[in-house]
Amino acid sequence: MSIAKPLPHDAAALHVTGAARYVDDIPAPTGTLHLAFGLSDVARGRIEVMDLDAVRTAPDVVAVLTAGDLEFDADTSPSNHDEPLLATEEVYYAGQPLFLVIARSHLAARKAARLGCVTITETEPILTIEQALEADSRFEDGPRIYEKGATDAALAAAPNRLQGRIEIGGQEHFYLEGQAAMVWPQEGGDCHVFSSTQHPTEIQHKVAHAIGQPMHAVRVETRRMGGGFGGKESQGNALAIACAVAARLTGKPCKMRYDRDDDMIITGKRHDFRIDYDVGYDDAGRVLAVSFRHYTRCGWSMDLSLPVADRAMLHADNAYDIAHMRIESHRLRTNMCSATAFRGFGGPQGMLGIERVMDHVAHASGIDPVALRRRNYYPSARAVADGQSPGITPYNMKVTDFELHELTEQLLQRADYAARKQTIADWNAQNPVIKKGIGFSPVKFGISFTLTHLNQAGALVHVYQDGSVHLNHGGTEMGQGLFQKVAQVAAARFGLPLERIRITATDTGKVPNTSATAASSGSDLNGMAVKAACDTICDRIAAHLAERHQTAVDAVRFEGGQVHVGDHAISFAQAAQSAWMARVSLSAAGFYKTPSLEWDRIRGTGRPFFYFAYGAALTEVAVDTLTGENRILRTDILHDAGASLNPAIDLGQIEGGYVQGAGWLTTEELVWDDAGRLRTHAPSTYKIPACSDRPDVFNVALWDAQNREETIYRSKAVGEPPLMLGISALLALSDAVAACGNRYPSLDAPATAERIWATLETMT
Amino acid sequence: MEITFVVNAEVVCLTEPDPTLTLLEWLREGRGLTGTKEGCNEGDCGACTVIVTDEHGARTLNACILFLPQLHGKAVRTVEGIAGPDGVLHPVQRAMIDHHGSQCGYCTPGFITSMTCAHLNGETRFDDALAGNLCRCTGYAPILRAAQAAAVEPVPDWMHDAVPEVGAGGTALPQSSDDLAAWYMAHPEGTLVGGATDVGLWVTKGLRDLGPVAFLNGCIDLQRMDRTEGGLRIGAAVTMDRVHAAMEEQHPAYAEMIRRYGSAQVRNAATIGGNIANGSPIGDNPPPLIALGARLHLRKGDARRDIALEDFFIDYGKQDRAPGEFVEAVSIPDQPDRLRVYKLSKRFDQDISAVCGAFNITTRNGMVQQARIAFGGMAGIPKRARAVEAALMGQPWTQETVRRAQAAFEADFTPLTDMRASAAYRLESARAMLRRAWLEDQGAAISVLEVGP
Repeated sequence: MSIAKPLPHDAAALHVTGAARYVDDIPAPTGTLHLAFGLSDVARGRIEVMDLDAVRTAPDVVAVLTAGDLEFDADTSPSNHDEPLLATEEVYYAGQPLFLVIARSHLAARKAARLGCVTITETEPILTIEQALEADSRFEDGPRIYEKGATDAALAAAPNRLQGRIEIGGQEHFYLEGQAAMVWPQEGGDCHVFSSTQHPTEIQHKVAHAIGQPMHAVRVETRRMGGGFGGKESQGNALAIACAVAARLTGKPCKMRYDRDDDMIITGKRHDFRIDYDVGYDDAGRVLAVSFRHYTRCGWSMDLSLPVADRAMLHADNAYDIAHMRIESHRLRTNMCSATAFRGFGGPQGMLGIERVMDHVAHASGIDPVALRRRNYYPSARAVADGQSPGITPYNMKVTDFELHELTEQLLQRADYAARKQTIADWNAQNPVIKKGIGFSPVKFGISFTLTHLNQAGALVHVYQDGSVHLNHGGTEMGQGLFQKVAQVAAARFGLPLERIRITATDTGKVPNTSATAASSGSDLNGMAVKAACDTICDRIAAHLAERHQTAVDAVRFEGGQVHVGDHAISFAQAAQSAWMARVSLSAAGFYKTPSLEWDRIRGTGRPFFYFAYGAALTEVAVDTLTGENRILRTDILHDAGASLNPAIDLGQIEGGYVQGAGWLTTEELVWDDAGRLRTHAPSTYKIPACSDRPDVFNVALWDAQNREETIYRSKAVGEPPLMLGISALLALSDAVAACGNRYPSLDAPATAERIWATLETMT
Repeated sequence: MEITFVVNAEVVCLTEPDPTLTLLEWLREGRGLTGTKEGCNEGDCGACTVIVTDEHGARTLNACILFLPQLHGKAVRTVEGIAGPDGVLHPVQRAMIDHHGSQCGYCTPGFITSMTCAHLNGETRFDDALAGNLCRCTGYAPILRAAQAAAVEPVPDWMHDAVPEVGAGGTALPQSSDDLAAWYMAHPEGTLVGGATDVGLWVTKGLRDLGPVAFLNGCIDLQRMDRTEGGLRIGAAVTMDRVHAAMEEQHPAYAEMIRRYGSAQVRNAATIGGNIANGSPIGDNPPPLIALGARLHLRKGDARRDIALEDFFIDYGKQDRAPGEFVEAVSIPDQPDRLRVYKLSKRFDQDISAVCGAFNITTRNGMVQQARIAFGGMAGIPKRARAVEAALMGQPWTQETVRRAQAAFEADFTPLTDMRASAAYRLESARAMLRRAWLEDQGAAISVLEVGP
């Protein structure tokens, strides 16, 4: 059976030969035009004059469009209809598109886009949290508040209490393939869109709106992305819409891709957060109450900020059963690019808040930070099964599948925690310059879209008369191996080798009304939808063969490339041929919706998640106390992917997620200047981890246990959760800094060498 | 201009090509070879890596900032040319599949070419060979496993590229420093292109029209490294990979800095003369060269002059170089190795320095006999720390002297705040580097790169 095998990525052979096609690699028809945006270089103001004569007369320019030239209301927002494709009267961030250049080459479009002479009367931009609070510049009327218990009273009554703050920086996605789209105009005003997007249906919806057509006039196709990480959930809308508008105007195919600097300046990033905390705890290190205040800069438009900030609140407890918790969340509107989805979708920031609290309490109470965390864990699934009451999250959901007690124990043993902690202490006692530190962090991550209606998926499966299978579903492939995992499901249902299954591009013309491939849900949702479609076809073939052989339907089995009917066996191809001859439909749509969900996001109560995915990491680092330079020496991870559909692909998600999470909290620093202009808009200034930044010793293993909920073959989602294992790297750095004094370091993120140095300065 | 080169075993001749058309654009738009990807268009991500073979052997280069005339007389191999003629996968490709080294696959062609070139050259320092290839999906671990697994496989017989026979390409491709001197006298407003690791960005990011351009890759005499009486003379067009090799024995701390300052692709393209001549305040070669007492050899027409390297840098954006004058070579005087070089950046590999400090401090009987100290990133130019040097000279080489000398930094430097570092951090870390130089002499563990778990 194809399930649970460590098969390579379905496109691996295409990747390594350069044959895998991304949007910009699709051969463009002769006469294809190329687009570029002219951008605002001020963060806030009113457009007075747009003198675009030099742009229009630049070589190879075909047309230049401003907002007033658009025939229909072209809006790129996925949520709030507050993102005009081109600025109208007001400018809201430095980098906002002002006009669109249509030219005969990519380079000509880029060159012309810089020739605009735009006069903007600047007004004071809102950039900082303080400025936004002062101006009451926010989304929603006031802060959103979730609370369990009586937090203020519990804090007042707690034997020990402390307060603190952590600043958490944002993160650029740095997908290696920049945003790209191409539109081929079709007859009758229709258009065919190729887009590097996690959300083809959203592209279809927004493009249709922008060209004044029903959705049926727009077909969106996505074979693969060169990385997404959430950055292609909504941020590709502008390019596809621009191409569709330009194609409609010119009648020519149009293509747009952002140069890397433009990509980083225009598009949204991970939300940065400030988290203030007030915690009460007893002498044994049991946390009794926590009050959090989340402040996040959402940027100029709403985009996905509300569900991101919600998910931060929903992970404010992480793995800990805390009787009283209050979370107050401020979603601030600022004159910056609009912060958007990024792997974890607010969860990492919320989780880092409580991990900081645990670390701070452990330091203050002198208890080993791992022991303190375990003391505060939710009751284990085993204990709950044995009759203990389950823990209840701050949003009133029962935690019935908690794996972390056993998982943590096994990780600590594998990683030899106790002995290494002593070795590190000995090293620090002997070495004045280089200090070592060790950090542990657990992950409990909720799986499902918190917008409940998004938890649905469709699939379309055809079996051809030669027995070959055409597979399609609503999920998109961005490197996470979704297509292969889902193909493994289809192959398992039909009992076929994988090469008989043809994976095809995501296409709104095949499966409609899909959700974004996001929230780690790709395999859970699409795997189930594909299974449903395959089951339908198998049932039809089985009924046909049972009738023909006069046996019971359940005597028909699909195994080993054959269809067994009692003692008789024919090839799957023969079975397909036979069914076709008997006029049996060999095509089926499949559909799935996640059961058991119920969620009220305003009151903050219900069951937003089908289940939780778990993991834990232990990271050791070294810090140079002269300059703050630092390095990860060793990382051990144990992660729960349920009964893995493909252990190799899942391990890849875990290793990659950890390094990306560690990058977020260490070297990846977004710097804006006082005028609100991003200063780190290229890999020369924005530093994602390079090859040598991965841990010297990197031990990653899967926690081998079935999902307690009925998911596809009892597997668990694995896209986002491992990113949060990177929190252990920040905690390890903090531990190393803590070796230099008695104070708690309060290290902010990203912990660049400079920030570590500055924190070290506060220690003496 | 007429240029001839080989692409995946096919000879290509181009007459009057656009001199600033990049190889990447030409491959993708002109040849339909879309396996080579554009990731950043500035030589930082490696998605466009190709293998280029010339008389020095096979090396990786970033195609996004490589102009076609730089390829005259060379052979290029792209990702499409890595598998065998019959489609048999190269061992590196096979290993990348088997070890799950690709996820989204967009960086993969660049990794394949970098790994294949390392495999061809028997290079097994994979962290260095792959420092210029960014991957956002895998966390690199499976790629390293693939590289290690492939290392034991023999080099396939199809991997050896022949260099085409070519003639002179025209006046914009001078064949010697004499030719170049003549061209530059005729075009004093022109631009000289060495490795294009900086000039490439003027085109791909600045979208500048460069006007007359001359390419230095044909100037064989500028690519020489000569032992002279009392020193090593390095031609301006010597690439940094060769400087690195030369410094590994002579001044290992300088070599270690070169290892980090640019990726393999960048070191293979960048020239030492370019790094000096562009006058950047954060160029990493000038601080160690100034600390070593290097002299710069300038030429204008037939007139030559030598100056101390530190005197070349006058002010931000201003060098002691007349129109039509160019850097011909730099000389490092022979000396016992006392050089320490400390490069401070957000990331260890392939990052621009916030501060680069070079210390050449000689002691005798415990007393500082000579001190030449220079910094990049601390002023508008690479600059000597003369007040710090003065505070050290003739003093006992002790912690107390270091402490006193640290107070002198403010007399030498008033650094700026930018996205790489704050002014305060620059100043304090520069001070810390002096302490580190002293600690290193005491045998203390001072580098996180050298400690293990």
